[in-house]
Amino acid sequence: MPLPYYVSPEQMMKDKAEYARKGIARGRSLVALECLDGILLVAENPSTLLHKISEIYDRIAFAGVGKYNEFENLRIAGVRHADLRGYSYHREDVTAKALANAYSQALGNIFTEGLKPFEVEVLVVEVADDANGKNEMYHVLYDGSIEDERNYAAMGGQAEEIRRFLKEHYREGIPLAEAVRLGIRSLTVTQNKTLTERDLEVAVLDRKRERRKFRRLSNGELRAIFGRPDPPEGDRPMGTS
Amino acid sequence: MHEAWQGLFGRYVNTSFVDLLRQEAPDLLVSRPSSTGAALPADPHGVPGVPTGTTILALRYADGVIVAGDRQATEGYQIAHRRIEKVYKTDEHSVVAIAGAAGPAIEMARLFQTELEHYEKVEGDGLSLEGKANKLSQMIRMNLPMAMQGLVVVPIFAGYDLRRAEGRIFMYDVTGGRYEETDYYASGSGGKDARNTLKKLYRAGASREQGIRWAAEALVDAAEEDVGTGGPDFVHGIFPTVKVVTRSGFEEVPEAEVRARFEAVLAERRRGT
Repeated sequence: MPLPYYVSPEQMMKDKAEYARKGIARGRSLVALECLDGILLVAENPSTLLHKISEIYDRIAFAGVGKYNEFENLRIAGVRHADLRGYSYHREDVTAKALANAYSQALGNIFTEGLKPFEVEVLVVEVADDANGKNEMYHVLYDGSIEDERNYAAMGGQAEEIRRFLKEHYREGIPLAEAVRLGIRSLTVTQNKTLTERDLEVAVLDRKRERRKFRRLSNGELRAIFGRPDPPEGDRPMGTS
Repeated sequence: MHEAWQGLFGRYVNTSFVDLLRQEAPDLLVSRPSSTGAALPADPHGVPGVPTGTTILALRYADGVIVAGDRQATEGYQIAHRRIEKVYKTDEHSVVAIAGAAGPAIEMARLFQTELEHYEKVEGDGLSLEGKANKLSQMIRMNLPMAMQGLVVVPIFAGYDLRRAEGRIFMYDVTGGRYEETDYYASGSGGKDARNTLKKLYRAGASREQGIRWAAEALVDAAEEDVGTGGPDFVHGIFPTVKVVTRSGFEEVPEAEVRARFEAVLAERRRGT
């Protein structure tokens, strides 16, 4: 019987990390920006049906980059976790922190024990109830490592460059429209192309809204922000609620 | 029995919160068959010691549906609560009004609301109105063992059907039987009186003001005839709640507007005698 080759733990982890990172780098990027009325999420995503950004619970949203089936799986697990917790305790007791920790544990376990790590990064954001409160943004990596971000966060292929760009251009308390423009500019920082509303998925956790803060920005709204309000017929908002 | 496709999709396709609850936390589900067995004798005033919600009604008008309920819960011949809420927003385009044993009924409304939201989030799109009505029917059926013991929950479900572009009303029986009403419906202990009033007044295509006025007439009549139903309470400033659902969504009718309608009804009756 042939003996299995010995692979040192260091080498194994390094290989897995490299594999996951490569997978993530192939995907398009996503940014989150804190703005005046909440938290804005902008992703480059030509599909209008397969979402990268979604609602988890009243004040909590989810964003994922990398392999769609893997982060979609995590998203649904998140919705289940949140609804179960909110139903058994109270809606206020559902927090981004608990959810981000759960993701961190799950991804960490898959990374160490699984044959193949998840090629994903996820962002869990929670908007504060009032302007003085503190928004929360947790960035969870493929290996389960977790960090909390302030002001802005970026994930995906060009995350490093985007972060550098935002560090220079971001300022606190920017209004929504300006944040949308900044987010889109940051996504194109390494590429020589322009993104139109058709290539984008944009959503906001708007603290001015009633209970469910999550709202998708329609193509019409995006066009208005770009300064090209030419609504064609049959254009309806993408939002669910 | 496990079909091959179920093995393939497994838990990834399940969009039901109730199913999730049954798997993960069955103790949180309202009703499981009681092992104690013996059914309690059916009492028109409900199970002793359990508050009962009384009159609720729904009617269609030009822009959608109006749903109203009085605020009183009774316990036998006593008033248990004066300010109970019986009409719940379940999502942007539907409401459920509850009558019967208050505890299980409120819990069912909460579970139903979570169920609809859960589906919408997992699936990325809401259920059809018909789908929601059927789901509620299943939940009432789940409650059947408890209903046999006297803890009856019979809601009215109403909403705006975006596909058909009209308001719709569904009533239920204890077994989960679902029946669509074309114009109006009322249930609870004062339901029959409210229905009689609506029967005389109702005309299709009413305005919002007219519709709320009819709802007020019906609730006043129910309160006059039925001991369990609370009328407008000018002493404590408690008025029945009225909600409307239209194409543009759910709206709670402001208390001032509700109060004005009840005052108009009572003023007219005072003149009449």
